[in-house]
Amino acid sequence: MNKRQYTPKERMAIQRCKMVEQDAAARAGNFKEVNQGLAEAVAIEEANRCIQCKNKPCIAGCPVAVRIPDFLAKVAEGDFAGAAAILQADNALPATTGRVCPQEKQCEEVCIRGKGGKGQPVAIGWLERYVADWGMAHASAPVPPATRTKYKVAIVGSGPGGLTAAGELARIGHNVTVFEALHAAGGVLRYGIPEFRLPKRIVDREVANLEALGVKIECNVVVGKTITIDQITSEFDACFIANGAGVPEFLRVPGENLKGVYSANEYLTRINLMCAYDPQPGRTPILRAQTTVVFGGGNTAMDGVRTSKRMGSSRAILAYRRSRAEMPARAEEVKHAEEEGIEFMFLVAPLAILGDDKGWVRGVRLQKMELGPPDASGRRRPVPIPGSEFELECQVAIVAVGTKANPLLTATCPQLKLNKWGNIEVDANQMTSIPGVFAGGDIVRGGATVILAMGDGKRAAAAIDAYLKTK
Amino acid sequence: MFEVLRNETLAPQVHRMVVRAPRVAKARQPGQFVIVRLEEGAERIPLTIADADPVAGTITLIIQAVGLSTQRIVAVQAGGFIRDVAGPLGKATEIHNVGKVVCVGGGVGTAVLFPLAAAAARAGNEVTTIIGGRSAPYVILRDELAQFSKEVLVTTEDGSLGVKGFVTAVLEQILNDPARKPAEVFAVGPVGMMAAIVKLTRAANVKTVVSLNPIMVDGTGMCGGCRVTVGGKIQFACVDGPEFDGLAVDFKELSDRQATYKDHECKLTGK
Ligand SMILES: Cc1cc2nc3c(=O)[nH]c(=O)nc-3n(C[C@H](O)[C@H](O)[C@H](O)COP(=O)(O)OP(=O)(O)OC[C@H]3O[C@@H](n4cnc5c(N)ncnc54)[C@H](O)[C@@H]3O)c2cc1C
Ligand SMILES: Cc1cc2nc3c(=O)[nH]c(=O)nc-3n(C[C@H](O)[C@H](O)[C@H](O)COP(=O)(O)OP(=O)(O)OC[C@H]3O[C@@H](n4cnc5c(N)ncnc54)[C@H](O)[C@@H]3O)c2cc1C
Ligand code: SF4
Ligand code: SF4
Ligand code: FES
Repeated sequence: MNKRQYTPKERMAIQRCKMVEQDAAARAGNFKEVNQGLAEAVAIEEANRCIQCKNKPCIAGCPVAVRIPDFLAKVAEGDFAGAAAILQADNALPATTGRVCPQEKQCEEVCIRGKGGKGQPVAIGWLERYVADWGMAHASAPVPPATRTKYKVAIVGSGPGGLTAAGELARIGHNVTVFEALHAAGGVLRYGIPEFRLPKRIVDREVANLEALGVKIECNVVVGKTITIDQITSEFDACFIANGAGVPEFLRVPGENLKGVYSANEYLTRINLMCAYDPQPGRTPILRAQTTVVFGGGNTAMDGVRTSKRMGSSRAILAYRRSRAEMPARAEEVKHAEEEGIEFMFLVAPLAILGDDKGWVRGVRLQKMELGPPDASGRRRPVPIPGSEFELECQVAIVAVGTKANPLLTATCPQLKLNKWGNIEVDANQMTSIPGVFAGGDIVRGGATVILAMGDGKRAAAAIDAYLKTK
Repeated sequence: MFEVLRNETLAPQVHRMVVRAPRVAKARQPGQFVIVRLEEGAERIPLTIADADPVAGTITLIIQAVGLSTQRIVAVQAGGFIRDVAGPLGKATEIHNVGKVVCVGGGVGTAVLFPLAAAAARAGNEVTTIIGGRSAPYVILRDELAQFSKEVLVTTEDGSLGVKGFVTAVLEQILNDPARKPAEVFAVGPVGMMAAIVKLTRAANVKTVVSLNPIMVDGTGMCGGCRVTVGGKIQFACVDGPEFDGLAVDFKELSDRQATYKDHECKLTGK
C-alpha cells in the first residue's frame, strides 16, 4: 500500500496526468486501442488530486452515482482491489464506461478541481478504466450463487442494458436467459463502437462472466419474429426489453441509394461485427475509398469517420451542420480524430449525393450554414446561406444522423404502450404497460448512452426482483 | 449450432438442405427467410425458407451456389452444422383468393417462388406456374410445383426442355388470352426478369407481387443496407418486404445496388 501523504498544498499542485496514447500517425492505420492506459504510479498520483471535497458533486454528475471519492481514496492508497470492489458494486461495466462515458459532461464536468480558471478535473474516467482493467486482470471468474430461485427471467437484447440486468438478476439467483437477434452478444458495444475505442476482449469478458454466473445467452433469436413477447410471458416469470434504438435515419436527399452510401450502422457493423477489415475471401465485403465523407456530429459519426481513415481513406471528412461547440461527440474522440488527420467541416449541410453513370457515388453537394437562434434542443439552429452551395469529391458517403425506434418487436405486441416516437413507455420502476414486462435503454430513451442503459438495467433488475417476490 | 439433416442436389449448383431449427420452423410463414452464417468469420447470407415442418422442427432451404459463401454452405453434408440461422425474417406473403394467379420463377427464384405458389394454391386460387432456366438441368422443382399447379409451363434458353426462350414470352401469351388472364402475378427471379415481367403486367394492368433480393446484413431493420425504392419511398426489404408491389419497384436502382461488391476493390483503390 502506498503511504505517501500529501499536504493540501502539494495535492493542489499535482497536474492532471496524461494518457499514454498510441502514436497518432501509426494508430490511424490500425484498429488497436488508442489509449494505452495509465501506469500504476501515475494512477495513484492522479487519484491523490481528489481533495475529497465536502459536497462531492462528482457523484451527482454520474448517472448511476458511482461512489467516486471512495474508490479514488482506495486508488490513492494503492488499494486497487478495494477500489475495484466499490466500483463493481455501483457500476456493472466499469471497463466499458471508463472508456466511453462522456465524462466531460458528467462526473468530470462538475468535479471541484476543474472549477474556476485553469483547473482540471480529476481524471475520473481514466482511473475508472485503470481500476476496472486491474480488476479484470486479477479477478477470478465469478461464482454462481449457491442456490437458485424458482423464477425464470427473459432479457431481450444483449447491449449494456440487457447485460447489466442479466448480471444483477443472476447474482440474486434467478434463472436468466438473454435473447439476442444477432449472432454475437454485446449490442452496440459489439457492432457499433470500434475496437480502437473499446477492445472487444472487454465485451467478451463481460459476456463470459455472465455465462459463468449461469446466464444462458441465446443468439439468433429475433424477438417479435422467432418468438413473441406473449410466448416469453407465458414461459418466463418476468421480462426485460432492451433491444436498443435500432433503425437508422437517412438524409432524404437525392442520390441516397447510390452505391457507396452507407448508414453508419451498416458501415460499422460490416467492420466491427463482420470483420470486413480482414480481406480474407469469404468475409463480408466493404467499399474502400480515397475520400470518405461522413454526415453527423455524434459518437457514431466520429466512429464512422475514424474507421474510414483506418480502412485506408487518404481523406476522411466529417461534415456537420452545426459548429464544433454543438457536437454531441465525446471531447476525447474529437481530440483524437483531429490528431489522426480527420478533416472537420462545420456548418455544412448535404443537398445531394452525386453519382456517376454507373450508379457509384462521385461526390456530395453541400451548402454552407450559419447559426441562427436556438431550436427546441436548445442548440442554435443552422440556417442555410443562399448561394453558398459547393461540391466535394468522394467515393463513399456515410450517414450518421441518428436512429429511431425499431418497430420490429413492438409491432408484434400491441399491448405494449409506446410514445409518439415509438419508444416504449415505462414507469419509475422501468415497468411497461404489461405487468411483469420491463424495458430500458435506448428503446425507452431514444438514442442515449451506455451508462444510462446500464442504469436502467440495474433499476429494472431490482424492480423485477421485487416483482417476483410478490408473485 | 444448427444441424444439417439432409443435403441433396436438385440441379447443377442447386442444393436442397433440411436444417434443424425448431423455433424458426414453428414461427415461419410463407414468404419469410432466414439469415445464415456458416461459421465464425463468415458472411451473413439471406435464404428463403422454402418449406418448414413445425412438428419435426426442421426448415428446408434451396440454395444456389453462386459465390464463395453459398458454395461453402452447400458443401455441408448431412450430420454437419451451420453455426447461425436467424429468423424467420421479413413479412409473410399476403395471400387472398383472387381466382386465377400466375406464378413465374426464374433460376433459383423458383425456390423462393415455391412457398408462395403453394400458399396461393392452398388459399383456393387456380395456379398456373411458369418456370425457366438456362437449360434442362437448371429447371428446378417442376414436380413439386406440379402437385398444386393447374399447369406447369417450362422455358429454357437453349430449348432443351419446354419452350425455347424466356418465361416472359409464355407469360405474355397468357396475359393476352382473356380466358387465361390472371388477377394477380407472382414473379421471383433475377432482377432483369422481374423488370421485364412488370413491363408486361403493367401494360396488361395486372397486379404483380415480386420478391426482392437486395444485399442484406442483419435482416432486422438495423443497417438499412437492404433499402429499395418502392413508389418513390425508401423501404427496407428485410422488414418491409421482401415482397413488394412490382409495379412500383425501382428495378434499375436495385440491380445497380446488387452490383456493389462486384470488383469493388479494383474500382475504388485503383489496383
Ligand atoms: C457507433 C456508436 C457509438 C456510440 N458511442 C457511445 C459512447 O462513446 N458513449 C456512450 O455512452 N454511448 C455511445 N453510444 C450509444 C450507446 O451505445 C447506446 O446508448 C447503448 O448501447 C444502448 O444500450 P441498449 O442496451 O439500450 O441497446 P443496444 O446496445 O443497442 O443493444 C440492443 C441489442 O438488442 C438486440 N436486439 C434488437 N432487437 C432485438 C430483437 N427483436 N430481439 C432480440 N434482440 C434484439 C440488438 O441486436 C442489440 O444487440 C454509441 C452508439 C453507437 C451506435
Ligand atoms: C430475402 C432473400 C432471399 C433469398 N433467398 C434465396 C434462396 O432461397 N436461395 C438462394 O440460392 N439464394 C437466395 N437469395 C440470394 C442469396 O442470399 C445470395 O445468392 C447470396 O447471398 C450470395 O452469396 P455468395 O457469397 O455465395 O455470393 P457472392 O459472390 O457474394 O454474390 C453473388 C451475388 O449475390 C448477391 N449477394 C451477395 N451477398 C448478399 C447478401 N448478403 N444478401 C443478398 N444478396 C447478396 C450479390 O449482389 C451478387 O450478385 C436470397 C436473397 C434475399 C435477399
Ligand atoms: S460511470 Fe461514467 S459518469 Fe459515472 S463515474 Fe464512471 S465514467 Fe464517470
Ligand atoms: S468533485 Fe472532484 S475533488 Fe471532489 S470528491 Fe469528486 S473527484 Fe474528488
Ligand atoms: S438487412 Fe439491415 S436493415 Fe435490412
